[in-house]
Order: sequence, then C-alpha cells, then structure tokens
Amino acid sequence: MIPEIGHFALILALCVAIVQGSLPIYGAAVGNSALMAVAKPAARAQFLLVLIAFCSLGYAFAEKDFSVLYVAATSNSQLPLHYRLAAIWGAHEGSLLLWTFILTLWMFAVTLFSKHLPETMRSRILGVMGLVSVGFLLFMLTVSNPFERLIPAAPDGRDLNPLLQDPGMVIHPPMLYMGYVGFSVAFAFAIAALLGGNLDAAWARWSRPWTTVAWCFLTVGIAMGSGWAYYELGWGGWWFWDPVENASFMPWLAGTALIHSLAVTDKRGGFKVWTVLLAIMAFSLSLLGTFLVRSGVLTSVHAFATDPKRGLFILMFLAVVIGGSLALYAWRAPRVGLGGSFSMVSREGMLLANNVLLIAAMGSVLLGTLYPLFLDALDLGKISVGPPYFDSVFAPLMAPAIFLMGVGPLAQWKKADLPDLARRLKWALGVSVVTALVLPFVMGKWTPLLSLGLLLAIWIVTTAVVTLRERLAHVTGDNFSDRMGAVSRSYWGMLLAHVGVAVFIVGVTMVKGFETESDVRMNVGETATIGGYTFRFDGTQDVVGPNYTAARGTFHVSRDGRDTTILYPEKRRYPVQNQVMTEAAIDPGLLRDLYVSLGEPLEDGAWSVRLYHKPFVDWIWGGCLIMALGGALAISDRRYRLARRKQEPAVAPSTRPARRKVA
Amino acid sequence: MNRFLLPLSIFVVVVGFLGIGLTLNPREIPSPLIGKAAPEFSQPQLYDQEKTLSPADLKGKVWLLNFWASWCSGCKTEHPVLMELAESGQVPIYGMDYKDQRDEALAWLQRWGNPYPVVGVDEAGRVGINYGVYGVPETYVIDKQGVIRYKQIGPLDPDTVAKKILPLVQQLESQ
Repeated sequence: MIPEIGHFALILALCVAIVQGSLPIYGAAVGNSALMAVAKPAARAQFLLVLIAFCSLGYAFAEKDFSVLYVAATSNSQLPLHYRLAAIWGAHEGSLLLWTFILTLWMFAVTLFSKHLPETMRSRILGVMGLVSVGFLLFMLTVSNPFERLIPAAPDGRDLNPLLQDPGMVIHPPMLYMGYVGFSVAFAFAIAALLGGNLDAAWARWSRPWTTVAWCFLTVGIAMGSGWAYYELGWGGWWFWDPVENASFMPWLAGTALIHSLAVTDKRGGFKVWTVLLAIMAFSLSLLGTFLVRSGVLTSVHAFATDPKRGLFILMFLAVVIGGSLALYAWRAPRVGLGGSFSMVSREGMLLANNVLLIAAMGSVLLGTLYPLFLDALDLGKISVGPPYFDSVFAPLMAPAIFLMGVGPLAQWKKADLPDLARRLKWALGVSVVTALVLPFVMGKWTPLLSLGLLLAIWIVTTAVVTLRERLAHVTGDNFSDRMGAVSRSYWGMLLAHVGVAVFIVGVTMVKGFETESDVRMNVGETATIGGYTFRFDGTQDVVGPNYTAARGTFHVSRDGRDTTILYPEKRRYPVQNQVMTEAAIDPGLLRDLYVSLGEPLEDGAWSVRLYHKPFVDWIWGGCLIMALGGALAISDRRYRLARRKQEPAVAPSTRPARRKVA
Repeated sequence: MNRFLLPLSIFVVVVGFLGIGLTLNPREIPSPLIGKAAPEFSQPQLYDQEKTLSPADLKGKVWLLNFWASWCSGCKTEHPVLMELAESGQVPIYGMDYKDQRDEALAWLQRWGNPYPVVGVDEAGRVGINYGVYGVPETYVIDKQGVIRYKQIGPLDPDTVAKKILPLVQQLESQ
C-alpha cells in the first residue's frame, strides 16, 4: 500500500510540475499576476509530494518490503538499517528519486528566500525549475519507476553492492547531488534573466549566494567521494580520472569559473553574456554527468547501475534542456550588450584569464572523458584515456591560473598598474621562490614538480597575506581587531577559499613527492619498515559482522621503538553476493597517514600485505573543506543577511563607500 | 558565423556523438592491421633491463603481444583472463608495458600475478605508435611468419579467448 502512495505522489508531482513549468512563465510573459502567483504554492506542493514519495521508498526499505522490485534488488534482510536507507540511492531508480527530491528541495528554498525578488523573476525561476523537474519525473514514471512491484515477492533481497556498504555511501551521494542540482538554481536565474531580457547587476547579486552554496556542497561532495575511494578501494589512490569522477569535476570547474564571473557582473556589470553562458554550462555539465553515469555509454569503475535503454530518454532530455537554453542564449544574448570596458591588466582582465583557463581545463577533461566515445563512434577503435593524459594537460593549465589567483585580488578594477603590482608583490614572490627551491632540499629530495607545487602553494599564502595587509590598511577602525572586523565576511571567505587551494596543493605535492609503499609477504610476527615506521604483523582473527564474515589482521606500528598505533585491516566476505572486500586500516595524521590493507592469504597464516606511508595526504581533503568553508563564510556576509531582513533588493555597494575602496 | 551560436553548435555535435555512442557496445572489436607483418622493435625487458624483447626472436612460433600499463583500469579487468590463458599453456603471451613507470609496473605484476614469460618496456610509446595502439589494453595474435592475424582492442574476456583467440591459435599452429 505504502509504495502505491509513493507512486501516486510522483504522478501528482508530475501534474503539479507541468502546471508550475507552464502557467507562471506564460503569466510572466503576458504580465498576468494571477498566473504568476501559481509558482510558489506549486513549488511547495511539488516538494511535499516528492517528499512523500521519498519517504514511502524509505519506508519500504526500512520494512524490508521485498515485493518492491527496487528494494529486493538493492537490499537484504541482513543489511543494517542505515545502509538500507542509504540503499535508496544505491542504484538507478532511487538515485533519480534523490535527484528529483533535491531539485524540489532547492525549489522550496527558492520560495523561502526570494521575497525580495520581483514577481516576474521569481515566477520564471520556479517555472524553469518546474520544467527540469517534469523531465526527471517523466523519466522515473516511464522507464525507471522505483515503486514497481515484484509479484510474487522475493523471499529475500539481492543486497546492496558491498562496495557501497560504507558510511561514505550515506552522505557522499546526497552531498554531491546537492551540488549538482544546486546549479539548477543559477541556471534557472540565468534562463529567467534571458527570458526577461534584464541581465543586470541585480540578477548577478541574487544568483551569487545560490551558486556559492551549490559550489560548497559540490566541493565537499567530491572531496568525500575521493576520500571514500581512498580508504575503500584499498589502493591508497585518491583520484583516478575515472569518467564518473570527471563527470562531477567538470561542473565543479565550470561552477568555480561561474562564481568568479558572477563577482565581476555583480560589482562591475561586466561579463554578463559570459556569466549567463557559464551558468548554463555548469548545470548542463551536471546533466551530462548524469547521462554519462546512467546511460552506460562509457565504461567506468562506477558502473553499478547502467542501462543503455534508458540512455535515449536522458539524451533526449539533455537535448531539449541544454539545446533549448543554448538556443535561447544564441537568440537573446546578442542584445545584452557589453559591460564597461577594462584593460587586460586589471582585476577584470585577470578574472577573465582565470575563467578561460578554468574552462580550458574543463574542456580538456571533457575531451579526455568523451574521446574514447568519439573514436568509437567514428569507428576508429576503442581506447582508455588515463592519468598520463589528464595529468599532463591539467597541471600546465592550472599553474598559470593559480599564479593569477595570487595577483587578481590585489589588482584594481578597470585598469591596474603593472609596475605597481610588481612592487607590491615582490617580497611575496621572493619568499615563494626561495622557499620553494630550498624546502625540498631540507626535506631530502628535490624534483622540479615538488618545487613547482610548493611554489604555487606558498605563492597563494604569501599573496593572501599581502592582500589582507593592504586591505586592513584601507578599512577604518581604531585598533587591529576593529579593522579585522571591518573586513567583510565575503572577503575573508575569498581569502580562506584560496588558502584552501594552497592546502590542497601541498597535499597533492607532498603525497606525489614523498609517498612510499610496499607490497610484502608477511608471516605472523614478521616486521616491515616503511617511511620510518615499523609494522609488525600479529596474525589474523576471524570476526563476524552483521552481514559479512571477515579475517581481521592486527598490525603493531612503532617508530624508533615507541608504539604509534595498532591497525586492524580486514578482508571481508559478503555471502549474499559472494563478494570479497578489502577494508583498509588507516592511522590518519596531520603530517602523514599510515595505511595497511590485506591482500591474499598465503600458507601458514602468512598474508600478502600492502603498506603505505602517505605524507600530508589528509591535506588534500582538508584543503577542499577549507575551500567550502570559505564559500560558507562568504554567503554569511552582512549584505545577504541585510537583504533578507529588510526584504528589499540587496544593499547597493555605494551605501558603504568606506569599505569598498579596494573592492 | 554568429559567435553566440557557437555553444549550441558544439553541443549539437556532442549530442550527435552521444547518440551514436548509445547504439554502440563499448566493448566491441574493430580490426585494423590484420594480415600485415608485425612492426619490428627491440625493447629492453622489464625484469632484466640488459636483455631485449624483439619479434625477430619469436619467429617460428605463434604468440600474443599484449600492451598493458599499471595505470590502466581495463588491464586489471582482463588480467585474470590472461592469467588463466597463461596457466593453460596454450599460447605464450608477451607483455609490452606501455607508457608506464618501471616500479609501478613491477608492483602491479607482483600484486596481481605475472602471466608473461617476458615483458618489454615501451616507455615512450614508440612501439605503440608503430602498432597503432590507441590505448591499453590491446592484444595482437602474431603467427609463425611474424604476421599479425588478429587484434583485440580493449580487455580480453573469456568468451573472446575461447571463441576467437584459441581456435585461431590452433589453426595457425597447424599451418
């Protein structure tokens, strides 16, 4: 009964979405406020209906209702409750339901925080989001219904893929989808602005916080996925340039470019056309990512739930949504006109260069991801494009972008003076170069890449210090703490996010430069030393988990005769799908991770064992979290809170001249 | 052309390819280079860098040449198939470690097992260019006269080995 309620709620949601996607947009076009007023209640009703559907499916999983095909296919009576609930998004149908649910959640958020928007704008935004929702609801109801019944019911379920039975599964997909789908808001803003023909600074100001929130979620989502792969796959790798990873990384690159371009449109009125294109691009890449993951056109380690038959529907949907918006762009954008002029050496110029580099990087990732498909379609053969391509293309594009990241915040808008910039940055450059050249020697190994990575990281930090010092000199305040407080939170957020990039680069550079690993056969009582740490293997014990049995190894780790930690890696066997999983044991630390995973059992209780010493690896994810924190700080800025409290268009920058001097 | 139409045009091309992509099986096999003499090379061996691997040394026997790399996920997929084929002893598989790093390649073989009697190293990818390697893994069946008889692009699977590779090898052996 409950699954039928869920199914029915989805059908109703589709009807509501059709209304929401048509009447308000038409109303905005003809100026009928009664039709426009439909948007808000429709969006809320749709949220409620999809919530009901989502909870119904959750209930079916919680109650182990194996008469629902999807539940029987992705869970099992022995699967613990939290993984049964996470199994909602464990395969295709439920992932779509999660996607749609999060879309309606964002819609609901728009209805809550859009009181200050003009009615036409809000109706168009919700209308566009309604149309996107129509596509996903139709997709579910026609070819991927999560509530389909299995009569007679299965005696037990086929279980969730053991690889997915991990705390990462509970939070990684929702986070990632919050980011993916969050770009639909910026997209809807852009389409609404194109429809209305009013691409002005106000539009950019409204889109900014939404874009930043989505970007924060996506950043955290990708970082969690990477961390999950790191400890779950037992390889110690953290990024594989797998098509599905790329699918989440491309919207991130476009979204990062969008955030910066929006800043220019907001503050200077420039880049309007470019910003609109980026907004369309970021969401289009999210949709493309969904297509790549769900259609099976590319082979990937993530191919848990692919079905080529469904690919056609997503492709048509993709063609309508992206093709439609790009056609609208081609039609409307020429009338927008250009923003104010600026010289190439200016903050606008540098942000533009950074944008171009980010989009070029995105394009090269896209090319690498789709290249096997292109060749295949042209009947030129099958290939696998791997890290050698991505590493060699990506780093040279990012290095200048990061150099500019240091200079940009110091440059004046419109026209900056190059000799003046050089003078202000000379000590930052000096410190960076000297440290980057010398530090690797101190650490005992010098390679060009090691130096380059450190150079970029130190450059970001030193230029951030210079930027902050100059900023503090310009704000008013009697003492230091007053001045610190007078710097806006969005400015702090920007600096923090940039420092996050530096932390990330340090992590990548140090891991690549100094990691050591060892593949050894270990008898009970034997020791192996790696990175200065001695691992003693004390044998394995059999343990029984809720739905698996495992051999659990015990490793005593010591350094210079002192105990560091004890690690318990496991080799698990999940009987339902008869799968063997490696559960690595990690001792994380600020400066290094120690990582042990069990290979295969050998005779006499000996095992093949993989040991890793990974310096600074946690800085990779730490850097991502700092970036996201920077984003969160930026949206907690005064002007957004003020805007909401006063329920009027956001405070114009001109009302606070003292703090805007160097903005 | 109107520059505002450019994004739409690019997108139309991409959608065209994605559409074709849907009709293709990503694991199907095309076949160039068949019937031509296997390009000559002389590459250092992975384990014993003093020695070399060269097709000239293998004249008179039927053998497989398998391009692989430790960074290639498809190679991991096909690895158990190679191991089984090697254990059966029906045909020798010579490996070519393609654009890879020596220590990583050695670790990879230690971790997953080594099906190859000899592994050559093609660090710069020159041999790959001569053989028209688009990517790894790729496997060539080479006959007693040193002529390429079959090319597998992408991972080998048990079905292909049983239905195509082994019958072909037997036929070539009897010639």
